[in-house]
Amino acid sequence: MAHVELRNINKRFRRHTALSDLSLDVGDGEFFVLLGPTGAGKTTTLRLIAGLDAPDSGSILIEGEDVGRWSAAERDVALVFQYYSLYPHYTVRQNLEFPLKSRQRRLGATEIAGRVARAAQTLRIEHLLERKTDRLSGGEMQRVSLGRAIVRQPRVFLMDEPLSNLDAKLREILRAELKDLQMKFRATFLYVTHDQVEAMSMGDKIGVLNHGRIVQIGTPHEIYNRPRDTFVATFVGSPAMNLLSGALRDGKVTVAPGKLEIPVAAAVARRLPEGLDRMTLGVRAEDVLLGPGGGLEGRVYGVENHGVEKIVTLKVNEHSLKATVPAHMAIEVDSVTPFAIDPGKLQFFAPQTGVNLVWAREEASHG
Amino acid sequence: MADIVLRDVEKYFGESYIVRKLNLEIRHREFLVLLGPSGCGKTTTLRAIAGLEEIDSGEILIDGRPMQSRQAADRDIAFVFQLFALYPHLSAYENIAFPLRATNEKRSVVDRRVREVASALRIEGLLGKRPSALSGGDMQRVAIGRALVRRPKALLMDEPMGALDAKLREEMRAELKHIHIENEATTVYVTHDQVEAMAMADRIAIMNDGVLQQVGLPADVYQYPANLFVAQFVGSPIMNIVDGTVRPGDGCTDVVLGEDDAVQRFPVELYRKMAGRRQGEDRLAIGVRPEGVLVALQPGDGYFPAEAHIIERLGPYDIVDLRFGTQLFRSRTTSGYVDKAGRAVWARLDEKQTHFFDRRSGESLQVRL
Repeated sequence: MAHVELRNINKRFRRHTALSDLSLDVGDGEFFVLLGPTGAGKTTTLRLIAGLDAPDSGSILIEGEDVGRWSAAERDVALVFQYYSLYPHYTVRQNLEFPLKSRQRRLGATEIAGRVARAAQTLRIEHLLERKTDRLSGGEMQRVSLGRAIVRQPRVFLMDEPLSNLDAKLREILRAELKDLQMKFRATFLYVTHDQVEAMSMGDKIGVLNHGRIVQIGTPHEIYNRPRDTFVATFVGSPAMNLLSGALRDGKVTVAPGKLEIPVAAAVARRLPEGLDRMTLGVRAEDVLLGPGGGLEGRVYGVENHGVEKIVTLKVNEHSLKATVPAHMAIEVDSVTPFAIDPGKLQFFAPQTGVNLVWAREEASHG
Repeated sequence: MADIVLRDVEKYFGESYIVRKLNLEIRHREFLVLLGPSGCGKTTTLRAIAGLEEIDSGEILIDGRPMQSRQAADRDIAFVFQLFALYPHLSAYENIAFPLRATNEKRSVVDRRVREVASALRIEGLLGKRPSALSGGDMQRVAIGRALVRRPKALLMDEPMGALDAKLREEMRAELKHIHIENEATTVYVTHDQVEAMAMADRIAIMNDGVLQQVGLPADVYQYPANLFVAQFVGSPIMNIVDGTVRPGDGCTDVVLGEDDAVQRFPVELYRKMAGRRQGEDRLAIGVRPEGVLVALQPGDGYFPAEAHIIERLGPYDIVDLRFGTQLFRSRTTSGYVDKAGRAVWARLDEKQTHFFDRRSGESLQVRL
């Protein structure tokens, strides 16, 4: 398995800039997820690594070697797509054997049979080996596609939204299987998705991509708890982080219009510039605490049942705030409820750029 | 202003049923969600209520009046499709006004009604725009506005948010539910997305293979699923299910998970409660949601040893895969509770959140502790 590095990659398609100054590092045996909305440049990045496209500038290294001039076959990476791309008139076994029968590989028949058997066992598709692929369900087809990548024993697995055509339940099952597979093989995975739950649940590391630029790279925990800007803050997490614009003064945030005043923990305030006339406050729904003694008050606009918990939408003046509460809490629409906001869990962002103010300060002081 | 009653509704295609013996009452002003996988018959049911599809037997009553002989146009029902079906050459205003133009309403009345609806949907600023200039969410608002402007008795929606992205769906969910509360119309909403169903419904009706599985409040469907299908269709992560047995224990009921992979001591009355509902030593399917699997870092009374496998750190909480014997259970813990994969932990099933199903029929034994 292998370490993959992208350095200062730029890529344009005619007048459209697909990637700008993109650098990232996928460690040996790491599950790295590239997360972003449609059009962010995720698939372009995968195609560059696979050798299906060339960057305009910058370099791609696999195990420290610049592979810029290598053909797709020489790079020894396996690509798994959203659409299964299996040969429909062949059996599952033939589909799995196919990538091993190329002339460059020169594998013996026993070796091929062994690899196919092991892959089929890992993916639990042994009973399907003699079946034609057009007789398979979506989940089975995606397992066979994975099998075709596994038998090759590539240095790197590149996956382009492999689960997005499957229904929710199957996606959940295959998510766990994929992660299990990657851990078992200690394989290097670069996995592309627009689904933040997939990214959070599988990734050792997540790179958040927007408009062709890397916004933040970190563990799921870092991405969730210390988002680099308002884009990351709202893209990761469900419900999306609450954002309110206001002013920070004397240890509290005042949100206008109205008189919504939110205290800020001293430890947090210390890390911020003193006195900000305009800034954006970020609060996760689980840090909005419903109950007496909070000092704040809102009207219940809507209540959603989510099984283990409820998501309550509160209206405070014209502002909207989502709060997560336990399922057993009784809440009536249109009632007025007191609430508090955890003063230690607030995020602060610059009004225009949306950049995390604590980050910006730390980055400045570290030069 | 309508209640809708389905009595023994059936629809078949050749020999195979699309909808089978469906009985359902949708109450006046209720928000009822028809939930199920694709091909379960939910859309056919909705279209039958609208009069877009004929039924082969049974009755559909709206406000007590049979609807079979009435045309779709005479049922006073509005339908919102997944694909917005707006007129591209008309402005948002004219799209919303369209159903009223046909009724020869006075211009001033039409104008007032369009503006009322637009205000409720918060699209007043967009009325002059054509559909091509609108975002997906705004197009859907216009489509809903067009449905509401006639003040129909009932609003039927077929996966209206299916084409929107995840973030927008999340916002629209709350908006749509609020519009329903302000509006008087009875709403029937079709979706395959259980999150949407749980979040928006007053009651959920779950269908599979043309057969109604369960009707109930979201909380009831979640806490007391009628069968294995409902248990595993509603809720994410999926409910853990394991084959098992129960037997009388020493001052308790022993609940055996798998082939003695773990034994849990449950209250003694469990065995008695169960005895009346099943025969002999039938194998059971035992179900527990991830939040019903309690995890500890130290051994404790009633806890069995397990190994933490994959840990999904989802933000506000973690989902931890636990291995014990040949079983794999998913549990929900506070964020960061289990620090790393491979760690030895202890687990216990919360008896109030453990479900017992007949393995053969899949039906819940309806045992509540």
